[in-house]
Amino acid sequence: MSTSRRSLPLLKTLIMGKTQRRTVTYMPRPGDGAPRPVTLIPGDGIGPLVTNAVEQVMEAMHAPVYFEKYEVHGDMNRVPKEVMDSIKKNEVCLKGGLRTPMGGGVSSLNVQLRKELDLYASLVNCCNLPGLPTRHENVDIVVIRENTEGEYSGLEHEVVPGVVESLKVITKFCSERIAKYAFEYAYLNNRKKVTAVHKANIMKLADGLFLESCREVATKYPSIKYNEIIVDNCCMQLVSRPEQFDVMVTPNLYGNLVANTAAGIAGGTGVMPGGNVGAEHAVFEQGASAGNVGKEKIVDQKKANPVALLLSSAMMLRHLQFPSFADRLENAVKRVISEGKYRTKDLGGDSTTQEVVDAVIAKLD
Amino acid sequence: MARRSIPFLKQLLTSPSSNLTPTRSVTYMPRPGDGAPRPVTLIPGDGIGPLVTGAVEQVMEAMHAPVYFERYEVHGDMKRVPLEVIESIKKNKVCLKGGLATPMGGGVSSLNVQLRRELDLYASLVNCFNLPGLPTRHENVDIVVIRENTEGEYSGLEHEVVPGVVESLKVITKFCSERIAKYAFEYAYLNNRKKVTAVHKANIMKLADGLFLESCREVATKYPGIKYNEIIVDNCCMQLVSKPEQFDVMVTPNLYGNLVANTAAGIAGGTGVMPGGNVGADHAVFEQGASAGNVGSEKLLEQKKANPVAVLLSSAMMLRHLQFPSFADRLETAVKRVISDGKYRTKDLGGTSTTQEVVDAVIAALD
Repeated sequence: MSTSRRSLPLLKTLIMGKTQRRTVTYMPRPGDGAPRPVTLIPGDGIGPLVTNAVEQVMEAMHAPVYFEKYEVHGDMNRVPKEVMDSIKKNEVCLKGGLRTPMGGGVSSLNVQLRKELDLYASLVNCCNLPGLPTRHENVDIVVIRENTEGEYSGLEHEVVPGVVESLKVITKFCSERIAKYAFEYAYLNNRKKVTAVHKANIMKLADGLFLESCREVATKYPSIKYNEIIVDNCCMQLVSRPEQFDVMVTPNLYGNLVANTAAGIAGGTGVMPGGNVGAEHAVFEQGASAGNVGKEKIVDQKKANPVALLLSSAMMLRHLQFPSFADRLENAVKRVISEGKYRTKDLGGDSTTQEVVDAVIAKLD
Repeated sequence: MARRSIPFLKQLLTSPSSNLTPTRSVTYMPRPGDGAPRPVTLIPGDGIGPLVTGAVEQVMEAMHAPVYFERYEVHGDMKRVPLEVIESIKKNKVCLKGGLATPMGGGVSSLNVQLRRELDLYASLVNCFNLPGLPTRHENVDIVVIRENTEGEYSGLEHEVVPGVVESLKVITKFCSERIAKYAFEYAYLNNRKKVTAVHKANIMKLADGLFLESCREVATKYPGIKYNEIIVDNCCMQLVSKPEQFDVMVTPNLYGNLVANTAAGIAGGTGVMPGGNVGADHAVFEQGASAGNVGSEKLLEQKKANPVAVLLSSAMMLRHLQFPSFADRLETAVKRVISDGKYRTKDLGGTSTTQEVVDAVIAALD
């Protein structure tokens, strides 16, 4: 009996002591608190719903960002010039998905945006969120995917009626810069291993060139382990032993598949954050399956999952060097997920987007 | 109830330093090229300066941090800081320094103060907080003292009116008061701090400290989400030693800031462990937080038992300033582990280790 009297207060402090506090702080430069403009593209389908969620949370936090909103829809021919100018001025953009019409020769505006701004690295961070049960534990994978060439070059033609050729282009320039980015990312984020995903046993020259570039860059980072894995084996390993992967660098198509698989095993594409970065600009959006605009029914019922975009906007806040706001946002979102009361349909719950947003705002400190 | 809580308690207690390992799984997406090494000017200084800055160099080496140091010898008995050093700091924009010994009296101005003036490092920041595992008489201390660094009582304008009578001018300007108040509120905003306290003695120095207070009040109206209050400096010192948990961010003019910072550092564990730095619009100089001009005693220097923790934590602040948050986290975690373990502590923390032993322990604790 006396042990319970002694242990309960200690238990209380230990449990409550899990709130993160950064006591050695960030010494900003004078003027760092000035509000930064960010281009906002709500997009189609569930896009406006989830980007609006981000706007509400930023408002509640009094974050030093303000959004310049532009309407872009997937059925436009090109991304409007004023939107491109705005992104070039602000250097940072947050967007929802843009619907890509199937077939018909109209290229995806999502891809067009990335190509025009030369956002050559796409990054998705797939990790288990505490409190969200999945079949796989200890998943913490960052997939860095080349974003501009490869199978997505968009170079297709019909040789003769009934025969179509599609060109996959791999260049040393692009492979080198994506490998450099992946190793630099691993170095700056204290990651231990980079894995290159390829199919060079079949596409000996194309993926062989990619691998060569990765190996070259690996020699410059001797403290980071480097290995290679063939993409089919990779997919199998992902679903059986995902904890062996840390940072993965891939060409365009494999990256798409690997990122979505990793997102799926770690909790679903509705919760994984990510973004696209180039030398000068950065566009943040839902991590995996970024062009996804949801189904009609989800839009009608307003039950889209805002978590992915909220966590991506936290990455955006870090990119803009507001780490304290990013921490607050992430902590609030993680608390809501771990409590489990407000979850949208893809996580097994029944809440609407607005209920989740309200819960996140309530948990901000 | 005991049967239910004890196993849970055991699990929580034995989870190895779970509150000390920060796991950041939503990561920082760097720009390409962010990993390129950055040059930092290093001024070892006098006394224990070279010892503790040497400690920082060793730890940076062990972490493979993307910084490299350009070292310059500056000593307190020089008349001015050499031009090449100032040029180097202006080029690199970031500097790490040990203390420079200031000769007592004699009209030679302190080189520490001279450096801050010349680079217009108008804000001095000291973060005083309890380190886990280091017992002190005061708990829950987490105070950031932001001190105006260029004017006030340290203007250096003194003259002997008649033999035996000296006047010393304390200069307070609206310009400097406004910018330090702006910096303090901006700091609080960016670091999720809830309260800013202005420290003053305006009941006596009605015009000088009154002007300082006016500027603080003006800036406070622009940050409605942050509480603002004022406290007279003598009451402040008393409150610091009786109820330190009431203070969050404190903004002060030059002299009070010096005293308040050293007091706060003392109650939280000593000036040997508190990090800090000086920042201006273009440059930043990182050094031991409180009592920065301290060069230690002869005996400390001979036995090589100076405490490197303050400069190590300041260099972690420097890594954040250079936008390398992951390295900063690793360094801070390693230092905190060493302190909380308690095996390697220098004399001011109650132990008997040498500087090198503490550095080796920190390097071993890096992950």
